[in-house]
Amino acid sequence: MRKYLRIMRIALVERLAYRADFFLTTFFRFLPLVTTFLLWEAVYRGSGQQEIAGFSRDTMIAYLLLVQISRMFSSMPGLGTGIARDIRDGNLKKYLLQPIDMLWYLLSYRGAHKIAYIATTALPYAILFYCFHEVFDPMPGPWVWLAYVVSLILSFLIGFFFEAAVGIVGFWFLEVTSLMYIIGILNYFISGQMFPLDLLDPRIKFVLDLLPFQYLAYFPAMVFLEKITGRELALGLLVELTWVVAFIVFTRWLYARGLRHYSAFGG
Amino acid sequence: MPMIEAEGLTKTYRVYQKKDGLFGALRGLFHREYKDIKAVENVSFTIEPGEIVGFLGPNGAGKTTTLKMLSGLIYPSSGAASVLGFVPWQREDAFRRRFALVMGQKNQLWWDLPAADSFQLHREIYSLPTDQFERTLGELTDLFGVKELTRQPVRELSLGERMKMELIAALLHQPQLLLLDEPTIGLDVVAQVTIQKCLRAYNETRGVTILLTSHYMRDVEALCKRVLIITQGKLVYDGPLTGITERFGQEKLVKLQFETAEAPADLSSFGHEVSREGPVVELKIDRSKIAEVLAVLLDRHAIADVSIHDPPLDQMIARVFEQGGVAS
Repeated sequence: MRKYLRIMRIALVERLAYRADFFLTTFFRFLPLVTTFLLWEAVYRGSGQQEIAGFSRDTMIAYLLLVQISRMFSSMPGLGTGIARDIRDGNLKKYLLQPIDMLWYLLSYRGAHKIAYIATTALPYAILFYCFHEVFDPMPGPWVWLAYVVSLILSFLIGFFFEAAVGIVGFWFLEVTSLMYIIGILNYFISGQMFPLDLLDPRIKFVLDLLPFQYLAYFPAMVFLEKITGRELALGLLVELTWVVAFIVFTRWLYARGLRHYSAFGG
Repeated sequence: MPMIEAEGLTKTYRVYQKKDGLFGALRGLFHREYKDIKAVENVSFTIEPGEIVGFLGPNGAGKTTTLKMLSGLIYPSSGAASVLGFVPWQREDAFRRRFALVMGQKNQLWWDLPAADSFQLHREIYSLPTDQFERTLGELTDLFGVKELTRQPVRELSLGERMKMELIAALLHQPQLLLLDEPTIGLDVVAQVTIQKCLRAYNETRGVTILLTSHYMRDVEALCKRVLIITQGKLVYDGPLTGITERFGQEKLVKLQFETAEAPADLSSFGHEVSREGPVVELKIDRSKIAEVLAVLLDRHAIADVSIHDPPLDQMIARVFEQGGVAS
């Protein structure tokens, strides 16, 4: 454990070497948001309603901003394809030759990446949120903040182990890019990144509630907006934690099988 | 206890036979044909602590597959191996802390960062105590002569400097066994010689055991007293480097300088003519016939000078590779 924390510290230094890159891409990431906001503006005006599926115009904008934060934690660009590439190119060797576990190493590395990313993009995000500060009135209390942070950390873990599992499929299929692409598109929708899942038909919403993807974007945002509270919140966090454990167990199992396959056939 | 003990190591790969063309590709979706390829077949050898052994063979002979089995990356199809007293493919941490595998074509260092940062990462991966780490790093950067370069991003280093850094990274945890796959590939002669010197010095001071593959006979001649030769998955020679000449060098190169301005025209009855320049001719002659042929030559022609050599080692080994192919 100590070993991986130290590795994380070293990786942090490495990732900070790319801070200018982070800074620029963050600004450009905000551009599509502007269009989305204008779209919803038109929807609210056109419908003549104050609320759609329980979301006022302001809450909708707050939600769309908050899923950006959720994705900041749960998205794992390049993780799955990176694992698949390491398998294909033989770079996986280093995890087998050295006394180190690939999944814990990549988790420390990704944790460091996230910290570096959050630290270097704090300013553009602060500016963005400041521009829309009136939609967050009133701000939630400290307990909601705590629950929010916990849900974000758990969403980071679900995102990590889910994407790692997809990458590990690369032991059997050398190319996972198209699989990644399909999952990415689907995820954008079923994680609630596009719009709140409450807008969907209740039957579809019911199915999505049973899946882990809502925790990647929808759930943390709803916690912050205090639309999930009390018993429901406690249960939600517990289910999220269960998903984390399930994904860790499943991904480790898949990795162990993949290694057996690799050692028998390839190398 | 021997450092490496390999007993009947065999590795068979199952390869999918892809058919040509679209029709073949479609058929492949339903019915696949496989072919078993024996990459390594019944290979046995023992390496004692402190030895430097060269592992030779043409491309695809099974060298890398054998190294992969010995380092625990792949399981053998049959046979057994004990490396440092461990079964390598069980990949115990205690085993992995005590050896290193360096592949010349693979980069293990962080590309955009100074090597020093990658060394720090290695320190954490191998959980090395700080003082021991600093001491070893100091010794190694001294030995390889790259003390000033460790703070420079790896991508700015030359190929030779990068290879030195790779080797330093591999030696930081003071492995007892070093497996090297083509450590000098693509390097210029100066860098090759430096790396050879460093490896030999490290072997002498630390007693590290080295098993290396290389396509450069220079590496092998400079470092290894003993060589293993593998062709088509089979071990065809295990013995001293000098023994290759006795075992496989059936011919010698005889250089004759005639007293006449031009060497006699037809010498093909004595041996295979390799070169001719004025009065100097080089003939390749069967070793068993040297005395007899020379006697006749000296008898018939006025000869100013004679010298006898073994053909260059790499030519001889190339022959061994070919013969191995014929034999199997």
